[in-house]
Amino acid sequence: MRRRRWELISESLVEWLIRLCGVSAIVFVFGIFYFVFREGVGLLWSGRFSVVQFLTSIEWYPTSQSHVRYGALGLIAGTLSVTLLAMAVAIPFGVGAAIYVSEFCGPRAKETLKIIIELLAAIPSVVWGFIGLTVMNSLIIKLFNAPIGLNVLNGGVILALMSVPIIVSIGEDALKAVPDSYRETALALGATRWQMVRRVLLPAARNGLLAAALLGVGRAVGETMAVLMATGHSIRIPTSLLEPVRTLTATIAAELGETAVGSDHYQVLFIIGILLFSITFFVNLSADLIVRGIRGKA
Amino acid sequence: MRKISASIRRRGAAPLLAASIALSVLIAGGCDRESESSRTNGRARLVIQNIGSDTMVNLAQAWAEEYATVEPAVSVEVSGGGTGTGVAALINGTADIANCSRQMDAGEIAKVSAADGQKPKQNIVGYDALAIFAHKDNPLEDITIERLAAIYGEKGQIRSWADLGVQIPGCRSGEMILVSRQSNSGTYHYFREAILGKGVDFKLGTLDLHGSKDVVELVSRTPCAIGYSGMGYAMPGVKMLRVARKPGETAFAPNVENTQTGAYPIARPLYMYTHGVPKDGVNKYLNWIQSEAGQAIVRATGYVPIIKDAGLRVAVEEGAKRP
Repeated sequence: MRRRRWELISESLVEWLIRLCGVSAIVFVFGIFYFVFREGVGLLWSGRFSVVQFLTSIEWYPTSQSHVRYGALGLIAGTLSVTLLAMAVAIPFGVGAAIYVSEFCGPRAKETLKIIIELLAAIPSVVWGFIGLTVMNSLIIKLFNAPIGLNVLNGGVILALMSVPIIVSIGEDALKAVPDSYRETALALGATRWQMVRRVLLPAARNGLLAAALLGVGRAVGETMAVLMATGHSIRIPTSLLEPVRTLTATIAAELGETAVGSDHYQVLFIIGILLFSITFFVNLSADLIVRGIRGKA
Repeated sequence: MRKISASIRRRGAAPLLAASIALSVLIAGGCDRESESSRTNGRARLVIQNIGSDTMVNLAQAWAEEYATVEPAVSVEVSGGGTGTGVAALINGTADIANCSRQMDAGEIAKVSAADGQKPKQNIVGYDALAIFAHKDNPLEDITIERLAAIYGEKGQIRSWADLGVQIPGCRSGEMILVSRQSNSGTYHYFREAILGKGVDFKLGTLDLHGSKDVVELVSRTPCAIGYSGMGYAMPGVKMLRVARKPGETAFAPNVENTQTGAYPIARPLYMYTHGVPKDGVNKYLNWIQSEAGQAIVRATGYVPIIKDAGLRVAVEEGAKRP
């Protein structure tokens, strides 16, 4: 009898503990959301800050002594250009690798590939940045006769390498989720393997693959250290892949450490944080909704 | 299907969470300055916290190491982060000495005074000649302040190496790559004031690197580049340009002699600020730094020692007597 009561108590205790773990994620996310907003929002309504200038001007002079300007357009263009290039490289490679791993290779090659791809995800971003700063810089100057090797191309390729593992592992999950009966039916109808992949598997796994790509985008937008080192950290709207740029994340990383807490510059950096948060939130939400789409249909 | 999409959803949350954690770490890093000002560890009885300018970090480290042999009871802990970081640490009391590659401004002095009840003490401990670096294959030898302003200034007209009549092997486009520093660096502020003039900003599109050494390293790998950094950071693969005040005047190389005579135009004093009432041992350390032995290290690390007869002010000045 006593033992039974103890079991009852411990059971509910564990249940509460687990519930706490689950809820804590929500608490953290909203806590951070609140903090970032609180730090930045003061300036937003103060009259010293113009949202129009922030979004349309390229002139970022936070420490100017004569005329302080907070134009983030150059930074937004930097983030966009690097992310777009990264996705243009990573999505075909990532999805291709996912198809190969899931459909074409033998079990041993599959295990090896998966381990190596996951190893790629384990390389710290500062190491990627270092590779960009040293190896890729000289390589790009030599190969393309570029004036500088720290540019969109360098940052984009490095971000692509960093997002490929995510795209591969999630893309592979999505392909695996397609029931074997689809494959068997396609093959029984006389389709080649390639036809089966193109006509049956890709349409069936479309949503999962899209979600994989969007999560790759989220990774690329939020990456800081590697782009800080590899893109040249130079404010401009790039007109070619061989121009250096500066991203939103890198600007926060480079400038936040030494701004006086509560100053305008500090708050503007938090407004950039809000912008970044909104972008990643939007990207993750769309990924989530798309996956929900799959579930709805199934 | 249901099971798999759940697994996708689980992964889906990870990057968002990772991003927020990264952001929060970043923020926490910015605020976490409340570590203890001075600790006593087992070996040394007295620990002096020395924080500030990246330009001075090598020099400060060399002093600290040498002083450990002179005065084993004192241990000096050196860290960089920039002049701004040093000043912030002095204000909130986590530093005993702030290394500054520029003078503190009136606002900073007011904040230290408010925290301490007394003005900080300003000590000149050496000179830094800011060198203009170019790739070793660059045929250019001399440059004037005026031209530097036209290269780096917001409305400057010099945009390519052709504007200077220079052709560099390995730089076919002729585009001038301007290497600069991040906007909170003391070197950045000094260059802006000394070269561009008061109130003038840098051109957009400079590469704003995060360390004195990074600037020189990037220039050494990039034939099209020009950059500025402390002369102590010279390395193989780059050359330092001679600088003239005005067109037609003699250009001087950045070296010890030219800095001490005041002939080299872009040289600045290096400061160590202490609290108005410094902790025991801090004054003794500063006296040692300004002595023959301390100044020998200045020369050895590529900076310029203070000397008494070159018209350059020496030793302890009150923060109040700033020009």
